[in-house]
Amino acid sequence: MIEVRKLVKNYGDVKAVRDISFKVQNGEILGFLGPNGAGKTTTLKVITGYLSPTSGNVFVDDMNVIEDSMEIRKMIGYLPEMNPLYHDMEVYDFLEFVAHAREIDKSRFKSRLGEVIELCGLKGVVHKNINELSKGYCQRVGLAQAIIHDPKILILDEPTSGLDPNQIVEIRGLIKNLGKAKTVIISSHILQEIQATADRMIIINRGEIAANGTIDELMSDFKGKTRLKLELKNADTESLKKVQSFNDGVLLSEYSEKDGVMTAVLEYPNSLDPRQDIFTHAVKNKWVILEMSRHKTSLEDIFRNLTIEGETTNAK
Amino acid sequence: MRNNFKILYRKEVQSFFNSPVAYITLVVFLLINAWFFTSTFFLTNESDLRTLFTVAPIVFIFFIPAITMGLIAKEKNTGTLEFITTLPFSDGEIVIAKFLAALTLVATALLFTTVHFFTLLIVGNNIDMGALISGYLGLLLVGAAYTAIGTFASSVTDNQITAFIISFSIIFVLFILDKILVFVPGFLSSFLQYLSIDYHLSNISRGVIDSRNLVYLGSIILFFLLMSIRILEMRKWR
Ligand SMILES: Nc1ncnc2c1ncn2[C@@H]1O[C@H](COP(=O)(O)OP(=O)(O)OP(=O)(O)O)[C@@H](O)[C@H]1O
Ligand SMILES: [Mg+2]
Repeated sequence: MIEVRKLVKNYGDVKAVRDISFKVQNGEILGFLGPNGAGKTTTLKVITGYLSPTSGNVFVDDMNVIEDSMEIRKMIGYLPEMNPLYHDMEVYDFLEFVAHAREIDKSRFKSRLGEVIELCGLKGVVHKNINELSKGYCQRVGLAQAIIHDPKILILDEPTSGLDPNQIVEIRGLIKNLGKAKTVIISSHILQEIQATADRMIIINRGEIAANGTIDELMSDFKGKTRLKLELKNADTESLKKVQSFNDGVLLSEYSEKDGVMTAVLEYPNSLDPRQDIFTHAVKNKWVILEMSRHKTSLEDIFRNLTIEGETTNAK
Repeated sequence: MRNNFKILYRKEVQSFFNSPVAYITLVVFLLINAWFFTSTFFLTNESDLRTLFTVAPIVFIFFIPAITMGLIAKEKNTGTLEFITTLPFSDGEIVIAKFLAALTLVATALLFTTVHFFTLLIVGNNIDMGALISGYLGLLLVGAAYTAIGTFASSVTDNQITAFIISFSIIFVLFILDKILVFVPGFLSSFLQYLSIDYHLSNISRGVIDSRNLVYLGSIILFFLLMSIRILEMRKWR
């Protein structure tokens, strides 16, 4: 089991990860989802021992990364972001080096190499130089080095980035296959990727966990919720909150005001329908309703909602 | 037990010989030495390797930064540092294996210069074996000190050219120190002399190997290797 406990990581003044905690059970595939700059890579770098936590710790079984980094590294297969490889090496020499580093002896290397070539589809490129390989093949080599020692834990940082759609489907299949027997953490900023591979997902945004659960759990947490967009003239939020149904569980999730027009988004369970209340209230207060539109949430919206602030801060 | 040093060392040596930089610098090193050797040998008909022992340390000032500049800087630049440091190797093992691999290249270069020695044998002049051995020992030790400095320079940056300039500068200063002694007051001069690499090298080459010389070179090697390891570890706390 992997447990990240109260992890904080700063780069100088940049707070990349702010106090996150979560657990990954043995045999589980965890999807680590978040927009660019959310802190996914940073978290993974701490788990794999490349960086030390600013505070907090990561536990693997009864060991932790501060004291037992070496032992933990032995249990992990890691595909870093950008997939750094020694481009002046032959695929064979590279995998042999990793195998030695992973305590695989000569006799076992031969059979293990065969298995990995089969699994990752490396047939025909074994004796090529890595710098001659296409991006997709490089990614396969990266995956091959991560699994060559059949690690208990597999950590993959954006394993399909830069691949074409066919390769993506293939690599996802491979990951799902590998995940049957391993604990896997796979990071991505693409929801579909996580949906296609993971048992459970953690959505991380600006260094904090925004949601944690199985895809079904997240859906039902948010399902049954409706978003209602309003554009009102002459209205103010204080008065809006006096609408009767606000007592029953309608939430004002966003609002802004411009040129005397208030834009507000309400969120409420599907069982409610505050539209009539709003209308009567508007009439009573002499508001003008410019727009009132309703829409149900999908997982896509959940992700967008949870991470929207991250997107805007990164865009500037 | 698996031998981490051996695994890393093999990879480093392999990567040297996979890149043209090693061959080019090796050839240039040998050409320069051969040129100096032959031009003085036929002129003065001297029967020792004195020119080699004076020219080689100067050529080292360029040669060793060139072969060490990529050791760590290149791995930082391409991102492979993250790959190798998350394998179950300690930072110390990584640094020392790199140092030893570069030193192997230096030793190889020195080995090639023994053709001059065989030339002398064939010509048949009497050769001072003691001076020859201590001369080579001195070159190897100084080469090791420069290599440690080069390893350090390569650890502080991800740019190979910057690494070259840093190690070249450190080595150049250490080399030049005993040549500027006349410009400094007396109390400083013996101190600066002790810090000068060339001073210790000339002692060793003359065949008088004093523990002071060995301690000096050993400390340089140790200091710069420890610094390299520290700097590599510092990435974790950035
Ligand atoms: N070496 C570094 N020095 C300074 N700041 C950094 C460094 N690496 C990352 N950061 C910052 O830390 C934050 C988190 O970055 P991180 O790489 O962990 O995000 P991520 O979720 O992996 O994003 P992406 O989807 O783009 O890979 C970002 O604001 C980033 O700018
Ligand atoms: Mg990332």
